[in-house]
Amino acid sequence: MVWRCRPVVPGWFTEGGDDGGFRLLGTRCTACSAVFFPREDVHCRNPGCRGGGELVEVPLSRRGRVWSYTDGRYRPPAPYVSDPAVPWEPYTLVAVELAAEALVVLGQAAPGVGIGDLAVGMEVEAVPGVLNEDAGTGTVWTTWHWRPVAA
Amino acid sequence: MSARADGGGAGGDVAVLGTGMHAWGKWGRSFVEYGVAAARAALADAGVDWRDVGAVVGADTVRGGYPGYVAGATFARALGWQGARVMSVYAACASGAQAIAAARAQILAGLADVVLVVGADAAPKGFFAPAGGERPDDPDWLRFRVLGATNPAYFGLLARRRMAVHGETPEDFALVKVKNAAAGALNPYARYRRPVTAAEVAASPVVADPLRLLDICATSDGAAALVLASMAYARRHGVADPVRVRAVSTVTPVYPRTVPDLPDIATDSAVGAAPAPCSFRESIARAAYEEAGIGPEELSLAEVYDLSTALELQWYEDLGLCGEGEGARLVREGVTALGGRVPVNVSGGLASFGEAVPAQALAQVCELTRQLRGTAGARQVPGARVGIAVNQGLFGHGGGVLVVR
Repeated sequence: MVWRCRPVVPGWFTEGGDDGGFRLLGTRCTACSAVFFPREDVHCRNPGCRGGGELVEVPLSRRGRVWSYTDGRYRPPAPYVSDPAVPWEPYTLVAVELAAEALVVLGQAAPGVGIGDLAVGMEVEAVPGVLNEDAGTGTVWTTWHWRPVAA
Repeated sequence: MSARADGGGAGGDVAVLGTGMHAWGKWGRSFVEYGVAAARAALADAGVDWRDVGAVVGADTVRGGYPGYVAGATFARALGWQGARVMSVYAACASGAQAIAAARAQILAGLADVVLVVGADAAPKGFFAPAGGERPDDPDWLRFRVLGATNPAYFGLLARRRMAVHGETPEDFALVKVKNAAAGALNPYARYRRPVTAAEVAASPVVADPLRLLDICATSDGAAALVLASMAYARRHGVADPVRVRAVSTVTPVYPRTVPDLPDIATDSAVGAAPAPCSFRESIARAAYEEAGIGPEELSLAEVYDLSTALELQWYEDLGLCGEGEGARLVREGVTALGGRVPVNVSGGLASFGEAVPAQALAQVCELTRQLRGTAGARQVPGARVGIAVNQGLFGHGGGVLVVR
């Protein structure tokens, strides 16, 4: 089978780059400079924006600091994709503060990164990851992961 | 605007003439059956004939299938259509509070003298989940698809953050469960009516680190109803000194929301706009206090949405019962327990009830009403005069109700 990589949501992160080039993608309002992630392409949601601007795509900071983290010890319901025949492996969820954009972005931690590997305030970086593979359509669904930056 | 002669607050008081509930649990029946039982109990408590009700407001469930979208008419039909005005309200966990807001607005506008408000749900087992299908334009669908982030995952993020910033511990969180279970054991409408020990909390399985099963509320079936009326109607009805709703807060968050306090994929950015002066939860309480002209120091008791034990500690701060980071101290010192200075969740809270989403905010007001009437039995807060019920609805629906006597 020929496997094909597809982003779980188009336009939320760069595709095909190596680790060094991987970035989350948001949008920025040219009128008020508000930043949106997930990307906001229709309306600027800043009520104080004078309007008339455009929402242009911007890469977000590659690195941020852990705001908090948790994990999922029980299998989440659909639309999360998991095989009920395979024993559940908890995922780790990280909320990351990006200083330049002044916002907090959630994401799963990279494979192998557990609760014990994280601390609030720790520096992490966005890296490409695989969310799940669909053998039926030969699709590898790609996503972003947060990974601690080696000290 | 000056306060009206019949009460304080921005628009005047409305009377709570009757309360009714169906016990919480997993009963395996339709939400309509629960809602009608609660409605009949509230009408009987008020001494009001259903045919004299001028309007009915239903708090919607989206988990009961199609009828849930038209809850007001569904309850009205089951009680026997009698031509009342009808509304249905969906605002997630704030549905009950917003149903009260709709009823109150009709009463204060003179559109109806007496209004029946009903909320009921038959909840699924386990995690709440979004509706089915491929819906990538729905941020709630996306947080499950992309992150696998259940509601308890967000409770876990808040709990871990509080541990890191305020030095709270899982043992502090367990104290909340122990306190609420002790109160719930005294409440015949609660699903769980057994005291719980800290050791039992610590022995329960981790759901979303650092929170365990007994730190997180269950999903339940249940129902609650209120009969609300104008003060003039209450007097004509022979009730001179009813419990009164003085304020209902239904505010949205203020942009930019910089704390991940709703289940979203990211917060708003504070670039290009100053951060909001207070968090979403704080603003819900603040709006209710301002509308009522009453401050936190005047509260006799509070009912708060303890979706998790750690979240209850956060509410103490958001309600202004203590300063930031002091929530754990309040529960350690017994301030929020029965017999304390400001008892919180004397009903037993969600810890003892579980979530029956559209009913829970109404159940909170049922509890406050009983407390302010002095008829709460073994759970009675002596001399209770002022109570607040707060919750936070998914997607940014505020819900706060302040009642006085």
